[in-house]
Amino acid sequence: MTAVSRPALLTAERLSKTYGATPALDGAGFSIAAGEVVAVMGPSGSGKSTLLQCLAGIVPPDEGQIRYRDRDMLTLTDAARSALRREEFGFVFQFGQLVPELTCLENVALPLRLSGVGRRPAEAKAAELLSRLEVDDLAGKRPGQVSGGQGQRVAVARSLVNNPRLLFADEPTGALDSLNGERVMGLLVAAAREAGTAVVLVTHETRVAAYSDREVVVRDGRVRDMAGAV
Amino acid sequence: MSISHTLLGLLEGGPRHGYDLKRTFDVHFGQDRPLHYGQVYATMSRLLKNGLVEVDGVETDGGPERKRYAITEAGVTDVEQWLARPEKPEPYLQSVLYHKVVLALLTDRSADDLLDTQRAEHLRLMRELTRRKLAGDLADQLVCDHALFHLEADLRWLELTAARLDRLASEVRS
Repeated sequence: MTAVSRPALLTAERLSKTYGATPALDGAGFSIAAGEVVAVMGPSGSGKSTLLQCLAGIVPPDEGQIRYRDRDMLTLTDAARSALRREEFGFVFQFGQLVPELTCLENVALPLRLSGVGRRPAEAKAAELLSRLEVDDLAGKRPGQVSGGQGQRVAVARSLVNNPRLLFADEPTGALDSLNGERVMGLLVAAAREAGTAVVLVTHETRVAAYSDREVVVRDGRVRDMAGAV
Repeated sequence: MSISHTLLGLLEGGPRHGYDLKRTFDVHFGQDRPLHYGQVYATMSRLLKNGLVEVDGVETDGGPERKRYAITEAGVTDVEQWLARPEKPEPYLQSVLYHKVVLALLTDRSADDLLDTQRAEHLRLMRELTRRKLAGDLADQLVCDHALFHLEADLRWLELTAARLDRLASEVRS
């Protein structure tokens, strides 16, 4: 399954980004179709996290073009870009995503509350996602009271609660042992597929990348699509 | 895999016919390669000859004769020794991939492309195994995990080699 067979949801061309004298991206291209799961791999420092941040509109590239559903991401106002991230994108990272003062249920409901959804419907939807990720028993607990693997499942539930079209996952299992990592990946990909959510999955672990439909490799700031390598 | 030791071990639960042995073997270990009847009967003849099993009875049920096999004390000892003996780790020191990489460098072909093609093929198989694992039971999961860890080790080698290609090129061409 490749992006070629379905219309692209997001495409990026000739992205360049330099931090000081260090080039992170050097003419990188990328494309993902609706509902597709693409693993972004590459050695440490190759530019894969910078690529994710550019694609998600968190960091602007120095040069290049990014189109999301026929919109030019780089000409959007800050407010429009923030609204896009809030309403159409989901995020899950390796560490520290949950607000320690809130319960797991409140954490999952948070993106909906920030989008103006009332407390009751937001928490009902959050409970549904916690159940989908098989951690409904943690609803009333705070992040400090749950294990790393459980916390990451709560974070995945939160990333999917607003039915995003596109989920950005940066090393989502990087802090977990292999058994917990597998569990989180299986649930993340199953939930995303069920909802038709596309996933950009940054990982250095090949076992995690094996959950994707295809993978690209970032090397020296450029992207190589491995589907064309066979 | 040692088919004879595995069949012997299965007999420790009690005497069985050849057909029953094959069926039990396939349930537990035949995911990729079910046993042929011929393999079972040839193995049982050899075990019989070596005194590791004995014929416990012969039934006909109106059809051809069916022997029921039982494990002997010598057979039990053999299984015990086999289980206690560590398998020889296989280090694959003479990897065909290493040969291909060196040959590509020596003949001025792209070793990078070779490694990427191999990497893509490994990942394709890993995706296939991951799908099978997700749809399977615990036995499937364990069998697939074993294969996945091996493929992952290969991939780590491919990555490391890709990162050291320039150095390797200068060494093999000097």
